[in-house]
Amino acid sequence: MRSAPDPARSAPSPASAAASRGAAAPGLHRVLSQARFETGTLMRNGEQLLVALVLPAAVLVGLVHSEAVSLGDGRRVDLAVPGVLALCVISSAFTGQAISTGFDRRYGVLRLLGASPLGRTGLLLAKAAAVLSVVALQLLAIVVLGAVLGWEPHLGGIPAALAAILLGTWAFVALALLLAGTVRAEGVLALANLVWLGLLALGGVVVPGTELPGRLAPVVELMPSGALGDSLRAALVAGQVRLGDWAVLAAWGLAATLLARRFFRWGD
Amino acid sequence: MPPAVAVSGLAKRYGQVTALDGASWKADVGRITAVLGPNGAGKTTMVECCEGLRRADSGEVRTLGVDPWRAGPDHRARVGVMLQDGGLPNAARPLRLLHHLATLYARPAPVADLVERLGIDEFAGTSIRRLSGGQRQRVALAAALVGRPEVAFLDEPSAGLDPHARLEVWDLVRSTATAGSAVVLTTHSFEEAERLADHIVVVARGHVVAEGTLAEVTHGGRLEDRYFALTGRSVA
Repeated sequence: MRSAPDPARSAPSPASAAASRGAAAPGLHRVLSQARFETGTLMRNGEQLLVALVLPAAVLVGLVHSEAVSLGDGRRVDLAVPGVLALCVISSAFTGQAISTGFDRRYGVLRLLGASPLGRTGLLLAKAAAVLSVVALQLLAIVVLGAVLGWEPHLGGIPAALAAILLGTWAFVALALLLAGTVRAEGVLALANLVWLGLLALGGVVVPGTELPGRLAPVVELMPSGALGDSLRAALVAGQVRLGDWAVLAAWGLAATLLARRFFRWGD
Repeated sequence: MPPAVAVSGLAKRYGQVTALDGASWKADVGRITAVLGPNGAGKTTMVECCEGLRRADSGEVRTLGVDPWRAGPDHRARVGVMLQDGGLPNAARPLRLLHHLATLYARPAPVADLVERLGIDEFAGTSIRRLSGGQRQRVALAAALVGRPEVAFLDEPSAGLDPHARLEVWDLVRSTATAGSAVVLTTHSFEEAERLADHIVVVARGHVVAEGTLAEVTHGGRLEDRYFALTGRSVA
């Protein structure tokens, strides 16, 4: 039996025109595409590269070759590399992410992408993936430079170091989004750079809290920077796991995530 | 056919400020709807509610038959958005950005065609930050159309363009509607509304004060005169 010709077959109806377009690419594809785009933008940006790679490398070379700053007991290079790895995390996860998100918010990029198939959740996932890939590139660069400078890490501590880096990345990205989502873009630019400098000098990142002026040590232990620096040094110098430091990082990550969820504004 | 955009009794407050106070209007498939109104009349808020960027306090918003607030990715893929402030990442170059945005859609428009049509190839290698306002606007329009939307919301698409670029934009907007999309554009230009719009919506003080074809809204007079009568001419 033959049915009557379907009019939708002979002439393009609005329904079939609609079916031929208007679908989103698959979710994972969208997130990875955005992550690649953000990573590419970051790697093309001179200032970001300076903060992400050149400055940490310079800090490492400076710490290894000068005796001006005490790093504690042990070989200088072994103490310096874990601290510079912590600095890399803070550069990308906090300073870089806060500045780029702050300006994306100012220029309406967050709103536009929120209305695109990517959406707000997709954008956050993509940012997390982009930060992790930049951190991975930084780690690779610093590990190679460290090896050239004679670094001998405690190999058994590598899993603990990776765990600390993941926790630290979470805590600092959450802090970055809290800052970028609540403060004007110019304020974010100033604060994110200032905080980076402050943490480098006094935050227990490359110089352990124990080597800083006495009153600072107990404060630094409770800061995410100190906890990240100390846990990386403990892991890579002695192969130790410092659960207290991990708890400090997780607490900062949780608190900043909850506050960012509550106060983040997508538009200016 | 049901309207592509249907808004009824839409209200939105920001603290003590009432942005929209029961606005109702619609936009049809295959037609260009122009939304006119003074700054602060609630145009942008209204369009943002239709785009799913803001949630209505009360009233009903339907875009392609769906409540746009928290609608899923496949719905967002059917809706094109051009924001007034552009929404473009400053550091990116236009071509890289448009090719990237195209990857978010299953069946995007050919980027090369949009680029050629809007003359974006002339400044394809310049970062968004260094583009002129009119150049940036053309990129934002291409970004709104790259997903071949069934509804395109365009916020002042031709503001600040030189006459040639404006004609190109009008041509593209017209052919987007002819191809079967609903186009909703906000504008301050009477000329744009008169030459382009099939349907006109005039917003003032959070209400829709007139809606219909050009002839229906103007009763045969000049749009400009009718607009000032409707919106209350306030000359300093």
